[in-house]
Amino acid sequence: MKKDYIITKDLSVGYNNIPLIENINLKLRRGEILTLIGANGSGKSTILKSIAKQLSLINGYVYLDGNSLGKMSESDISKKMSVVLTTRINPELMSCYDIVATGRYPYTGRLGVLSDYDRKKVIEAMELVNAIELADCDFSLISDGQRQRVLLARAICQEPEIIVLDEPTSFLDIKHKLELLSILKKMVDEKNIAVIMSLHEIDLAQKISDYVVCIHNNKIERYGAPEEVFNTDYITELYNIKNGSYNAELGCLELEKNASNPKVFVVGGNGSGINLYRKLQRDGIPFAAGVLQENDIDYYVARALASKVIVEKAFESISDEKIREAEKIALSCEKVYCTLNEFGSANIKNKYLLEKILALGIEICYDMYS
Amino acid sequence: MVKKYHLRYVLSFIILSVLLSVLIFININNGSVKLSFSKVINILILNKKDDITSYRIIWDIRLPRAIAAILLGGALSVSGFLLQTFFNNPIAGPFVLGISSGAKLVVSAAMIFFIGQGMAVSSGVMIIAAFIGAMLSMGFILIVSKKVKQMSMLVICGVMIGYICSAVTDFIVTFADDSNIVNLHNWSLGSFSGISWDNIKVMSIVVIVTLVITFLMSKPISAYQMGEEYASNMGVNIKTFRIVLILLSSILSACVTAFAGPVSFVGIAVPHLVKSMLKTAKPILVIPACFLGGSVFCLFCDFAARMVFMPVELSIGSVTAIFGAPVVIYMMVNRQRQKLY
Repeated sequence: MKKDYIITKDLSVGYNNIPLIENINLKLRRGEILTLIGANGSGKSTILKSIAKQLSLINGYVYLDGNSLGKMSESDISKKMSVVLTTRINPELMSCYDIVATGRYPYTGRLGVLSDYDRKKVIEAMELVNAIELADCDFSLISDGQRQRVLLARAICQEPEIIVLDEPTSFLDIKHKLELLSILKKMVDEKNIAVIMSLHEIDLAQKISDYVVCIHNNKIERYGAPEEVFNTDYITELYNIKNGSYNAELGCLELEKNASNPKVFVVGGNGSGINLYRKLQRDGIPFAAGVLQENDIDYYVARALASKVIVEKAFESISDEKIREAEKIALSCEKVYCTLNEFGSANIKNKYLLEKILALGIEICYDMYS
Repeated sequence: MVKKYHLRYVLSFIILSVLLSVLIFININNGSVKLSFSKVINILILNKKDDITSYRIIWDIRLPRAIAAILLGGALSVSGFLLQTFFNNPIAGPFVLGISSGAKLVVSAAMIFFIGQGMAVSSGVMIIAAFIGAMLSMGFILIVSKKVKQMSMLVICGVMIGYICSAVTDFIVTFADDSNIVNLHNWSLGSFSGISWDNIKVMSIVVIVTLVITFLMSKPISAYQMGEEYASNMGVNIKTFRIVLILLSSILSACVTAFAGPVSFVGIAVPHLVKSMLKTAKPILVIPACFLGGSVFCLFCDFAARMVFMPVELSIGSVTAIFGAPVVIYMMVNRQRQKLY
């Protein structure tokens, strides 16, 4: 059993001696990732800054490798902990190589001249984050994604045992988000580093973290493995989401539904209906969807967007009762869509429903743009 | 890549050193009495005393003046570089932030007081007075910088502090004895003239010691260029560092003001030119290069001040402004353009 590398004990953090969040008790071993999530302004950065000794602690202790942070000198800390911050730096005339090389600061001599070993470490760190081709570029002229990678290389180059990152994926596009996090994961595994970071992307936090800490209402509301923390209702509450919904199982975010009486009925399933659901939501048309089994992927989206979903239990064939309910709603709608081309034994009754509706003289649209 | 840059650094230092030596000679050769090259060599290096007038001109007037220009010019531009690093603002400098004017105010007050009491003002007293003045202005600027985050506002406040100090200085001068005013007036416009060997001794000790300490601090300064938060993560004790940086830059600019009065724009223009020349902002290179650059710039400006309208001498401040201000303007315009990308 590895021992805890960083421990916070009854920690209170805040500005100007006014506590913002109290009773923070976290612990983390090397080789693990802990992620703070919470709304803007909830205090994620405040906690990170306090752990990185950028802010003085209001109460409690932070222990780093068994030593109290308050008693350690800056230079001792710098050899154990490095940071990637949100502050945008604008250094003059510094190449990316120079920026990464500043990570060697704790190890160089009086005048900060790099040794061959230091230079080797700089190159290694840049290779690890796939930024070696940026070495000669001026830091102020590269893109946000590249900046984050270079700053991560700087942090790695410092040979830390723990890295603190404040929203490392902000300003990055999807590709670079994934790239950055996979580099981080690789580094944690290869170099046995502990990582504490804050993330806005809860879907990514769920996937990369060993522990997730939810900050809400000025306290640590939940703390545990992602599977313990994440469920749809809790995330909705944590971020106080009002204009949409979050699906914890799929990690996907949907906009607000139009909950008035359905004007359109959609027969979908197996993912075929999702695009139409979203289009109807965009166009502001209230719709009903059915009949879907609980384990159909369409169901997750329909639940978030449709004003009415007729749902059957998972793995069950559609029952007559549900079909009758669907028929009633479909007949009250102005239009009926079908996004399915074929039916199976479990949803064959949807096909009978469509035939019945057609027989009543109602047209069925198979093209979502009609 | 590494080789290419090293060549640039070496070349830059060679160019600056050559310029410095050439300008020292030109400054000593020329003046209201033009001396031949061989005469200067004879007097300076062989120490021949057959032409006593020329000997006196060189040893008592031109050489101390040139040394003052070298030391003070260098001090001023290094001080500018430190302030720019501290405030993370390329147009910060001792003059723009009102530090020179603060020093000027206290020095003139001290001069009037001591001369009024019938006492001579020693170099030490001048430096101390200037340092107090510099620290007063610096204190104001620091308070302001806590309140305003915008850099342009900081500079505006500095300029305003400068105006207030100049106004108070004028006020003090108005009430001074007539006999003092001539002296004071000359000094308050800025000039490297009338520097004695005694002045040189004090100034070289102060400037050289301060510069050596500054050079030894180039490592934390380089960390500070990344911003306070990263610097602290690199193991710099920010509180101590900030205090030391403020003291160093104030001592340097105070020393200049004490001996030469306010000299404008050197502190902004020279570090910028030096950085563009070296294509780096690494303190370990920029600090010595700034010193050399400041020396070259001030020797050149002093030469222009003496020679252009001979025998009338211009104030050094006006000449440095003429050459320095366009650099500052160019710099700001260029910076704005870069931001557009």
